[in-house]
Amino acid sequence: MNNAGTSRSGTPQILFGLAVGILVIFVAVPVLLIFFNALWVHGRFNVADVVNVLREPDTYKALLNSLILASGVTVTGTLVGTFFAWLVTRTDLPYKGAMKVLFLVPFMLPSFIGALAWKMLLSPRSGYINRLFVDVFGFDGPVFNIYSYGGIIAVETMYLFPFVFIQVCGALERMDPTLEESARISGADLFTITRKITIPLVLPSILSGSLLIMLYSMAHFGTVAVLGIEAGIYNIPTLIYERIHQSAGSFDAIRTGTVLSMVLVFTAAFIIWLQNKVLARGRYQIIAGKSFRPAELKLRGLRVPLLLFCFAYIGFTIVLPTTTIFMVGGLRTYGLPFALENMTLDNYHHILFEWDLTRDAIWNSISLGLASALITMFAGVIISYVIVKMKVRGKGLLEFLGMLPFSVPGSVIALGVILAWSGKFGINLYNTVWIILIAYIARYMAFSLKANSAALEQVHDSLVEAARASGATMWQALRDIVIPLVRPGMVAAFFLIFLPALRELTVSVLLYGPTSRTIGVAIYTLSEDGRFRSRPRSRARRVRGHAGAVRLRQDHDAAHGSGLRRYR
Amino acid sequence: MGGIRIEGLVKSYGARKVLDGLDLTVEAGECFTLLGPSACGKTVLMRLLAGFETPDAGRIVIGDTLVAGTGVHVPPDRRGIGMVFQDYAVWPHMSVRDNVAYPLKIAGIAADVRAGRTQTAIGQVGLAGLEQRMPSQLSGGQQQRVALARALVSKPALLLLDEPLNNLDANLREEMRFEIRELQQRLGITVIYVTHDQEIALALSDRLAVMDEKGCLRQVGAPDALFDRPADAYVYRFLGVANFIPVRKSAAGWRLPDGVTEWVGPLPDREGGHLAAGFRPNDVALSRSGAGLPGIVRRASFLGAQTDYLIEVGGVTLRAATDSRRAGAGGQLFRDNEPCRIGFHAVQWFDELDATGTVNAEDVSATTSGAGHE
Repeated sequence: MNNAGTSRSGTPQILFGLAVGILVIFVAVPVLLIFFNALWVHGRFNVADVVNVLREPDTYKALLNSLILASGVTVTGTLVGTFFAWLVTRTDLPYKGAMKVLFLVPFMLPSFIGALAWKMLLSPRSGYINRLFVDVFGFDGPVFNIYSYGGIIAVETMYLFPFVFIQVCGALERMDPTLEESARISGADLFTITRKITIPLVLPSILSGSLLIMLYSMAHFGTVAVLGIEAGIYNIPTLIYERIHQSAGSFDAIRTGTVLSMVLVFTAAFIIWLQNKVLARGRYQIIAGKSFRPAELKLRGLRVPLLLFCFAYIGFTIVLPTTTIFMVGGLRTYGLPFALENMTLDNYHHILFEWDLTRDAIWNSISLGLASALITMFAGVIISYVIVKMKVRGKGLLEFLGMLPFSVPGSVIALGVILAWSGKFGINLYNTVWIILIAYIARYMAFSLKANSAALEQVHDSLVEAARASGATMWQALRDIVIPLVRPGMVAAFFLIFLPALRELTVSVLLYGPTSRTIGVAIYTLSEDGRFRSRPRSRARRVRGHAGAVRLRQDHDAAHGSGLRRYR
Repeated sequence: MGGIRIEGLVKSYGARKVLDGLDLTVEAGECFTLLGPSACGKTVLMRLLAGFETPDAGRIVIGDTLVAGTGVHVPPDRRGIGMVFQDYAVWPHMSVRDNVAYPLKIAGIAADVRAGRTQTAIGQVGLAGLEQRMPSQLSGGQQQRVALARALVSKPALLLLDEPLNNLDANLREEMRFEIRELQQRLGITVIYVTHDQEIALALSDRLAVMDEKGCLRQVGAPDALFDRPADAYVYRFLGVANFIPVRKSAAGWRLPDGVTEWVGPLPDREGGHLAAGFRPNDVALSRSGAGLPGIVRRASFLGAQTDYLIEVGGVTLRAATDSRRAGAGGQLFRDNEPCRIGFHAVQWFDELDATGTVNAEDVSATTSGAGHE
């Protein structure tokens, strides 16, 4: 009856090994290689050189810009998000429910496409709005230059404020209204209550939302790439991209990239640490209230103006850019006025069905999205299961590894997988879709872990133990009890990954090869080519190899032929 | 065949030793209760029996099989036990029938046999007619029965019940208590029942063990034996509401903590200068005059059939319970702040330190303590 050997090093160990293995291969190794490359110069540990890289004017400027932009977006996004959250939860604004949904829409739109739209509307020379003011209203110059810090901050704010909005809405809805009512009974007026009771109570949620904005904005590539480069505004991710693309993947470029990545990782880790602290402190404050309706502030005379303001905001930030994109897409030639005789659907037909480049990109993005969402979903279940449910030795290590995906921004992951998967260790996936797949898995692991561990925490241990006591082995208990119960979390994880993966840019732009463009890359490079057309500087600077192995992309391949001209 | 032998069982979590060399034997076919306060290690012991935890040292033998010991760990699914959890652990995505049939399905029992046995088990717990319901459509008591049927369906020789009646209301708890007892006797299985509720323990068990916070078994025996002849004050306190009056030997006799009042009542049956008299509220006989300790009623609570008193005597506060009707007939109902005389129907003697030291460290004289404290 001595079956200790088999049962002790059985299923739990396999699961544990699997979980650690996935995280190490997909996340830890790339990050470690980044640190190694940044700190290990010519076979020696070298911190002084890191400082030197950071003190170069370009890198220093990029760091500063990342900080300026992130801070700006955080402040504006927090103000906007908190204001609208308060408006839709605590006032008698009409159509609150619909408004709440509408304010979440920006979350689902890719911000760099928004940036492209705003570029068409507000670029100083040719932006439609600027031209309107100059041509029709007789202004001397453009009303607003989108190629500026202000422009970038404004556009990012439009897409990132939902982070705060969601958190604060949740907090305001969950807040026990008796907390406010008792203050009211004690004789406090509404202003005092807001200042002394409401704001302190939702402050943790506001802070945690704004830290999310900061985290995201710090490592954000798309908007800055589209709007900043024209005015010479680089942040960390765009500088990494620019360096890697322009300096032939030389050692220096990679090193600058890794040093910058290291800064990003540390910043992100710090922000996440801060956020956990804020949340831990705030947890006890908001009592999950019973389902009382919180007292609503009567807006009275402001009701209609505020409603109109909300409509204006939504129209301006969602409808206007989206329509612009569709309208411009329908123009026979970019730059023509929007008149019916200038519009055509041929462009869409061409892009979707005829042109190899875009057709491949669509196919690549869909298959990459599906594959990464499926793999990450299952991997996330296994890893979360080990972290949340199992008692194994060495779980501390796994918990640490499980935190990593949250603090590693996209561009860092891209750089890391270049270092890890371009032949240095015997496998060269460079220029294939596989390397993008690996990067997507690493990038979206955090989403899957979050959704799945939330679902798993709902599954009480005793449900699994009851299955074990009923004679089920660990695998049977997983199959019959755990998986069916966490299925909603898995489905959520799938869509949380599939949808953003479809439009992913930050990672793919550093990894794509001639045949592995994604939708995001196709849009970005085509619009870049539009820019390069007018300023023919960087055509020749294409990246060659890193240590002979990293053969970063050849020329922009032959694709920008006829279709591109059509796009212009 | 379903007996259990536990020898020298040790289990620690980090620096905390939950069980330290525990020995226990449970006979086959016995209904055995582990009674103890929360976090005393009784659930750990249960989980060790089920195989969810592995002991640091010691052996567990179930029937004739060594299931845990040096180098041996039989996983839960191969111990052939039934278990009912405190929170029922009824699988929310399966109907009543699927829940109950699951152990048979896992065991690979043929579908027709399975259906019959499932139906029998559902009938045994009185859920016939609810087979298609989902757990969310059941009351707490019904979910409890599903869990019980699921634990019984594979005809285990050993059934482990971990505070399964905790979340039920008082009436249902009483009803389920009898049903479990009845099923256990009818099926002749061994039952280990873990609880902190002394009433259930006394009502249900053939034998019970009182466990203290350190994971030691203070006393093992039949319910009436433990109730009438508690091994120590801990067991006494745990089996019901307990009063203790510490007394000291003086030249004249025994004195209460105020140093003045003389003890009146049954005399100590043991040696020592510092003793404590233990008695239940209904061991107290109150009268207006006559023999007894002189006390003052601090608070009288009329509860219907029974009237409860808080009484101060010689620097100690006591709880007394009297039959309202009989006391009323004899003119013996007291109001707040009336003087009274306290006599005793029965007194158990303990060493003072033992009786008072662990109860209420900051206030040794107030020794009234409720049983079944969480």
